[in-house]
Amino acid sequence: MITLSHFIVLGAVLFCIALASLFINRKNVIVLLMSIELMLLAVNINFVAFSRFLGDVAGQVFVFFILTVAAAETAIGLAILVLLFRNRSTINVAEIDSMKG
Amino acid sequence: MIDTNMFQLVCFYAFAAVTVVAALGVITLRNTVHAVLSLVLTFFSTACIWLLAEAEFLAIALIVVYVGAVMVLFLFVVMMLDIKQEHVREGFIKYLPVGIIVALVMLGEMLALIGVRAMHQTVMGADPATAAGMSNTAWLGTALYTQFLLPFEVAALILTVGVVAAVVLTLRQRTGVRHQQASQQVRVNPRDRVRVVKMAAEVAAAPQPAPGKETTP
Repeated sequence: MITLSHFIVLGAVLFCIALASLFINRKNVIVLLMSIELMLLAVNINFVAFSRFLGDVAGQVFVFFILTVAAAETAIGLAILVLLFRNRSTINVAEIDSMKG
Repeated sequence: MIDTNMFQLVCFYAFAAVTVVAALGVITLRNTVHAVLSLVLTFFSTACIWLLAEAEFLAIALIVVYVGAVMVLFLFVVMMLDIKQEHVREGFIKYLPVGIIVALVMLGEMLALIGVRAMHQTVMGADPATAAGMSNTAWLGTALYTQFLLPFEVAALILTVGVVAAVVLTLRQRTGVRHQQASQQVRVNPRDRVRVVKMAAEVAAAPQPAPGKETTP
C-alpha cells in the first residue's frame, strides 16, 4: 500500500540531490538551471501527493501554476544565458565578475 | 493472482528508483547533453509516479510541457553554446564532500522534522475525483475555471511576458547586413515601380550589330 510518506521521502531525496548539485556544479550555469528544475519537481511531487491524500484540488491547481511559472522562468533564463555567452563567450560563473566592486 | 496494492507498491519503488538514479545522473554526468537527457528520464518517471497517484492530467502535462518543450529548449541551448568541458568541471571534486554533507544533513533534518512515521499511517484512500463523480481532468478543470479563474488568467499573462522577454533578450540587430523591411514592402505602390511609356511607333530602331561580330564567351 502506498502511503503519504513514500511520496514525501521521494520529494525530499530529489530536493537534496538538487541542493548538492548547487554545490558541486557551481561553474556550469546550465546545470544550475537544471537543478532548479529538479527542486521544483520535488516540490510538485509533494503537492500532488498531499492533494491526492487530503482530497483537495488546490494542490494540483498549484502544481499547474508552478509548471507555468517554471516554463517562463526557464525560457527567460536560457535567453539570458545565450545573451551572456554571446557577449562574454563563457558560462563559467567565476569569470562573470565584471560588476564586482 | 497479484495483489493490487502490492503491485502499486512495486511500481512505485521501481519508478522512484529510476527517478533518483536519473537525478543523480543529472548532477554528475560530465557531458551536459547527457545530463539533459537524464533530466528527461527524471521527468518521465516522475510523471509515472504521478499516474500512480491518479493525477493523470498533470502527468501528461508534465510530459508534454517539460519533456516536449522545456527540455528541447535546454537541448537547443546546450548544443548551440560551445562549452569547454574542462573549465566547467573544475571544482567538482573540491566541493563534492561539502555538497554531500549538506545534502545528507538537510535530508536527515527534513525527514526527522516532517514526521515520516506519522505519515506512514496515511494510506491512499479513494480517488477524490472519482468520489466527486468525474475524471481527474474534469475535477481539475472545474476548480481551475471557477475558483481559480483569476490566477489562471494571470498564468496566461506570465507566459506571454516570458515569450516577449525571451524574444527581446535574444533579438540582435546586426549592422551591415541587408534585410527585408516588411513595412516598406507592404506600403509600396505599383505605380511607383512601373512606368508605362508611350513611344511613337515610327521612330527607327538603332542599327543591330552584325551577327558575325558577336563573340561567344
